[in-house]
Amino acid sequence: MEEKPREKLKQLGLQVLKQLEERKNPDLVLPIRTLSNIYFDEKSRLIRLGDKIAHRTYLNVAHTRKFMQTLMVAAECKKIIEQGVTTSIRDLYYALKRTIPGTQENTFEEQNESDPIIEDLEAALNVLRESLHLQADRKGYVAGPLVVKDAGDIIDCSKMGSAGWAIPSNVEPEVIQFIENKAEFVLVIEKDAVWQRLNEDKFWKKHNCIILTGKGQPARGARRLINRLHNELKLPIYVLTDADPWGYYIYSVIKQGSINLSFLSDRLGTPDARFIGLTTQDVEEFGIAKNVTIKLDQGDIKRAQEMLNYVWFKPKEWQEELKHMLKVGYKLELEALSSKGIKFISEKYLPQKIKEQRFLP
Amino acid sequence: MERTAEELAREQREISISEFFEKNRHLLGYDNKIKALLMIVKEAVDNSLDACEEARILPEIYVKLEEVSPDVYRIQIRDNGPGIVKKHIPRIFGTLLYGSKFHRLRQSRGAQGLGISCAVLYSQLTTGEPVEILSSTGDGTTHRYKLKIDIKRNQPQILEEESLDLGQWHGVQITFLAEGKYKEHKQSVLEYLKETAIANPYAHIIFDSPTGRVEFPRGSEELPREPKAIKPHLHGVELGVLERMLMTTKARTLLSFFTTEFSRVGATTAKQICEKAGVDPRISPKRVEDEQVKKLMAVIKETKLIAPPTDVLSPLGAQLIEEGLRKELSPEFVVAVTRPPAVYRGFPFQVEVGLAYGGEIQETRLYRFANRVPLLYKQGDCAITKAVETLDWRRYGILGDMQLGKPGVPLAIFAHICSVWVPFTSESKEAVASYPVILKELKLALQEAARKLSIWLSGKRRAEYQAQRLKTFEKYAEETAKAIAELVGEPEERVKELLVNIIRRGKNGGETEREAEAAGASGA
Repeated sequence: MEEKPREKLKQLGLQVLKQLEERKNPDLVLPIRTLSNIYFDEKSRLIRLGDKIAHRTYLNVAHTRKFMQTLMVAAECKKIIEQGVTTSIRDLYYALKRTIPGTQENTFEEQNESDPIIEDLEAALNVLRESLHLQADRKGYVAGPLVVKDAGDIIDCSKMGSAGWAIPSNVEPEVIQFIENKAEFVLVIEKDAVWQRLNEDKFWKKHNCIILTGKGQPARGARRLINRLHNELKLPIYVLTDADPWGYYIYSVIKQGSINLSFLSDRLGTPDARFIGLTTQDVEEFGIAKNVTIKLDQGDIKRAQEMLNYVWFKPKEWQEELKHMLKVGYKLELEALSSKGIKFISEKYLPQKIKEQRFLP
Repeated sequence: MERTAEELAREQREISISEFFEKNRHLLGYDNKIKALLMIVKEAVDNSLDACEEARILPEIYVKLEEVSPDVYRIQIRDNGPGIVKKHIPRIFGTLLYGSKFHRLRQSRGAQGLGISCAVLYSQLTTGEPVEILSSTGDGTTHRYKLKIDIKRNQPQILEEESLDLGQWHGVQITFLAEGKYKEHKQSVLEYLKETAIANPYAHIIFDSPTGRVEFPRGSEELPREPKAIKPHLHGVELGVLERMLMTTKARTLLSFFTTEFSRVGATTAKQICEKAGVDPRISPKRVEDEQVKKLMAVIKETKLIAPPTDVLSPLGAQLIEEGLRKELSPEFVVAVTRPPAVYRGFPFQVEVGLAYGGEIQETRLYRFANRVPLLYKQGDCAITKAVETLDWRRYGILGDMQLGKPGVPLAIFAHICSVWVPFTSESKEAVASYPVILKELKLALQEAARKLSIWLSGKRRAEYQAQRLKTFEKYAEETAKAIAELVGEPEERVKELLVNIIRRGKNGGETEREAEAAGASGA
């Protein structure tokens, strides 16, 4: 695996060179990464990439610029692998951004031009960004009775103070190894503020678990870490988000992967994850005051209606929850639980849900 | 003393002609001071061009406008035509409805003998001043007249008359002093002369305007062929005209009246008409009674007649139209179409269309002409406008919301109808009447020209697209070659050479054809 990415990049170049020598229109074959080419695999319960491919050819005015960009990114990755360094995707963008001679045009105008090219290469070569020596900004924190080895340093996640251990961009086994674990489950929390509350209350100590936040939609690192914690340490995964369509979407991405990174679903998705809350049904069950709920807006309603049709929201519990949300017409933020007291979430809500094993599938 | 009915009638007629003009200036085009200036120049220049063409002389026209006091202009027009023989000069300029062209059918600019004398009358009515006329037939003598129109008698009133020696010059020069206002907008003397230069590219026109000299150079040394005069066709004759012709003919019998005064009527047909109408073909035309004329008219309408001869017209021809458009508008592309002659109401006519695209043209504009005279007013009433507006220009790849007089599509539409009798909607000759057959001919001509423009446009778009493609491929070649070279460890120069080869070859490759078509279809 270590030598392979470099070799794959070189092969890509050789393939183009061969086409040039044969006087053929240079052609890169890439899997299509849009909704039209993904499907939900019932067996693995993951979003997967279909087998449709696209040709990116040089002699097509709509492709030429992207063709150049693809090869530029490939060449740069090969260079940094050979130098044995790692760089951020933003650094890569700046390293490759230059003005094309005789024009006002840059090779890359924005980082949002180079980021999708990286994903194209990952999908085309079946390699991870991280093994191309690229990393994104770190996002997400962990606390709990877990000891890891991070780039050779031993980290005890129960002794990381109030901030926790920051999840690195690359959590592949060559960088992160699990040394010791005493936790019985992992609680994934959408919001950093709620994570901090639980960390301060030492929730993980009382309930013997790992608490992890992705700060909103979790980045690849956090999703890959959740995947590894489940697959390698056999820990159940419970997800805690706001009771709104966006929160439920975050849960679905953790569980079965995303459309954009569907080619990585095996590594990033955790189909066994369970949803612990919040739900709009909790409002009545836990006697939460109606005045802390928020009225659904048009976007929420449209989104919830669409979700009713998604395959992965077909289980009857989810259908009930979505219909209930549409019926009552409100959503609920995690912080709203504080209306029942600042420690309600850690001392009452979560313990009760875990004890009664009341999860949505 | 009793006066005869004829005397009374004559007097009445004389009074009505002059009063008619005073009260109905607008009918003849003298609506306002700006337009009056245009009308005077137009009448004189039209006459000059007619005279030159008839004498097969390449026209040299000189026009000068000078403001002598507020809103009063000295207007001078000089040509190099054949000149006018001495005895005709006073009558041509000093009598309304006197002209050489009124009793014949022949394609020409003027026809009624009304135009130039109206100009004289207008200047006389607004300033009280006579006009000055110089004329020479090239015999070394130039005749100079100062004259007015005796309005009551509809007769020239000669104020000065002399003979001069101005050398071998031939032609006519006329000088007016009239009220007017000079503007240089779309319906101005300047525009009229510019459009005249388009439709008469064999003319050389110099215009000394109040704002400076403008010269319209000659674009062609070739005059269009000479039109022929024809006799009227029975299907184009109205009751009143028939009655008048019966009164003035020199024919002895009704039968010979039909065969000699009209085209395409043989003895058999003439006899048939008379018999069907129950009129003796042997009687004198002067003795045909009113009731009989009506019967004859009814029979004529139902009689099948051979169409009039159509080789009597003088279209400009595609080449002259293209030359005219090229020299005055400097377009990138120009195409012209001349339709074969056709007939409306017994009158032969012919339609021509030219399209000029791009170059210095900025907007979509319609240039209308009848017998080579620009039509500047009443665009909305004109058959030509109708034909242009009903054509689906988008079908011909002329994109965008094309609107006459608006920028967007740089297209000049030239349309010319020539006929021995152009059917105008009014006496001021500003719009062509919409006879179905005329509309049809206009449409066919426009379609054919638009098709040719469309072919050129798609070729141009294709070429532009190909150039753009090549530019794109070349633009990214350097960085692409560099990246490939880095990936495979080959020299950058070699990779670039290979890539450039592919680009050159791919320029006209199979796959690129499809792309170009797609781009054409989406209007790229």
